[in-house]
Amino acid sequence: MKNIRNGIIALAAAALLGACSNSLEDEAGLGVDPTGGAGAGGAGSIEESSIEYFNVQVGDRVFFGTDSSELDSAAIQTLTRQARWLNDYSTADIVIEGHADERGTRDYNLALGARRATAARNFLLSQGVPAERIRVVSYGKERPVALCSDESCWGQNRRAVTVVAGGPTS
Amino acid sequence: MIHPLSRIGRWLAPLCAALALAPLPALAQEASSGPLRIEITKGVVEPMPIALPPYLAGDPRSADYAARITEVVEADLVRSGLFRPIPKEAHLGRVTDFNAPPNFPDWRAINAQALVTGQATVEADGRLLVQFRLWDVFAQEQIAGFKYRTDPESWRRVSHKVADAIYSSLTGEDGYFDSRVVFVDETGAKGDRRKRLAIMDQDGANLRYLTSGADLVLTPRFSPTDQEIIYISYAQGEPQVYLFNIETGQREALGQFPGMTFAPRFSPDGRQVVISLSQGGATDIYAMDLATRRMRRLTNTPAIDTSPSFSPDGRQIVFESDRGGAQQLYIMDAGGGAAKRISFGDGRYGTPVWSPRGDIVAFTKMMRGRFQIGVMRIDGSNERILAESFLDEGPTWAPNGRVLMFFRETPGVNGGPRLYSVDLTGQNLRPAPTPSFASDPAWSPLLP
Repeated sequence: MKNIRNGIIALAAAALLGACSNSLEDEAGLGVDPTGGAGAGGAGSIEESSIEYFNVQVGDRVFFGTDSSELDSAAIQTLTRQARWLNDYSTADIVIEGHADERGTRDYNLALGARRATAARNFLLSQGVPAERIRVVSYGKERPVALCSDESCWGQNRRAVTVVAGGPTS
Repeated sequence: MIHPLSRIGRWLAPLCAALALAPLPALAQEASSGPLRIEITKGVVEPMPIALPPYLAGDPRSADYAARITEVVEADLVRSGLFRPIPKEAHLGRVTDFNAPPNFPDWRAINAQALVTGQATVEADGRLLVQFRLWDVFAQEQIAGFKYRTDPESWRRVSHKVADAIYSSLTGEDGYFDSRVVFVDETGAKGDRRKRLAIMDQDGANLRYLTSGADLVLTPRFSPTDQEIIYISYAQGEPQVYLFNIETGQREALGQFPGMTFAPRFSPDGRQVVISLSQGGATDIYAMDLATRRMRRLTNTPAIDTSPSFSPDGRQIVFESDRGGAQQLYIMDAGGGAAKRISFGDGRYGTPVWSPRGDIVAFTKMMRGRFQIGVMRIDGSNERILAESFLDEGPTWAPNGRVLMFFRETPGVNGGPRLYSVDLTGQNLRPAPTPSFASDPAWSPLLP
């Protein structure tokens, strides 16, 4: 086991708290866990080099404000952990999926999703993840994870999800 | 109006040219106060009372066609919101001979302003002959009369042509009933929709699916000149623009691009397409010549420039951009260069579509959490909102520029989109029938 593990877990916990303070709780009970569905089980049961660990403990997604592609501090923390994991544990290619909530027009939301995915990509590049490993794709408003029609869901849908090759897509 | 026959495919069976019927011998005429006419440019239109007695069957084999043609013509006219057919039970007169003048007092007594008489006949060679006459009941004169010869399978299209001729004669505007709509059929849960391209007649008949649903597809748009559409597919994993031939089913990627491409539209001559290309977080508008596949960049900003739509003369492009901080509408020359902002109201503006008449632009407007369909003149003046809901989006023009179709999505887990049409006046909001949820409608030009 790597000695950075405890640190990673602490960071993941902080990110969870950060997400909650950004009112990303699933108030309507219809969405998913913003960290990708960690659930019970504890970090001890997950191999650190696994994609599951990346998705659950590192955190595969970051969230954005309405009509924004700006990375807030929670997003920067998550992406920092992603970059560390991608540099330490994996040589796999990744796809960053950009998404928007349903409160925009289709074309614009495709462009906005691309802008969000690009913001996440640029941060990973700055942390040393090689450009040739990263592809971006936008789904606009086509693939919401939370289905209610209020801010509790929209906040979960305004996201950029880092999908590691070999893992399930969001 | 007659297009080259080479363009017409096998399933779009050719229709013979409409031939004008000679008016019947002159009748004793009363003083007339000008031609019978619906003024549809006014705000609220009182529907014109019209009598549509059953089409006559010219022979026993055509009774079924006669009945169905009568129904389709009536349904088109009703849906336009401009006509009020008088119930058949109220008719006093009966038409028994297509070639005899109607007994006008019978129709005047029930207050019909216009009367349509028609006849369908399956001829010796198996072709269907459809004839009709439109009468001004009070002036006691024939306003229009046409005959069409066609393959009997095309009875619906002939019906729409009859309705178009009636609409056109009484409004002075081009018709729009003989046209189709391509859209995205949506099934499955909200978070994982299966989307298929579908095409139907403007009245919802003859629905066909053009794609299987295996790949996510979005925003189909008609070619103005060919039986072809352009749309977005995720077949390669990221959104890219594809061309699709409706007749052959052949599909082709527009090209290989260094980023995702979307928001495609044809130029009015069908020779170019404009698209958005997203690269490095910026989205710009490009034009591609379809013959050479050469790309020309039209905008160059770090902003989102998208949803381009040509003016009908092909000289200008209206598009949306957030270069000023939020989505607004801009107009630039078709060759690119400086753009002039035209939307200045509260809220954000997107998805502009230039009217086929050239004088106005339809758009989606987002304001205070509501989505609206509106129109404005091309200088940005005279903004009018035609529809509003939780989510109204993506207007498309009927070929005559008098009617718009768009999609309206209901909120919530079980919410979904449906197609609606509304008149340019804001009157006559109606759902368009589709078997499932439906979005991204695009109206075809009038069929050849």
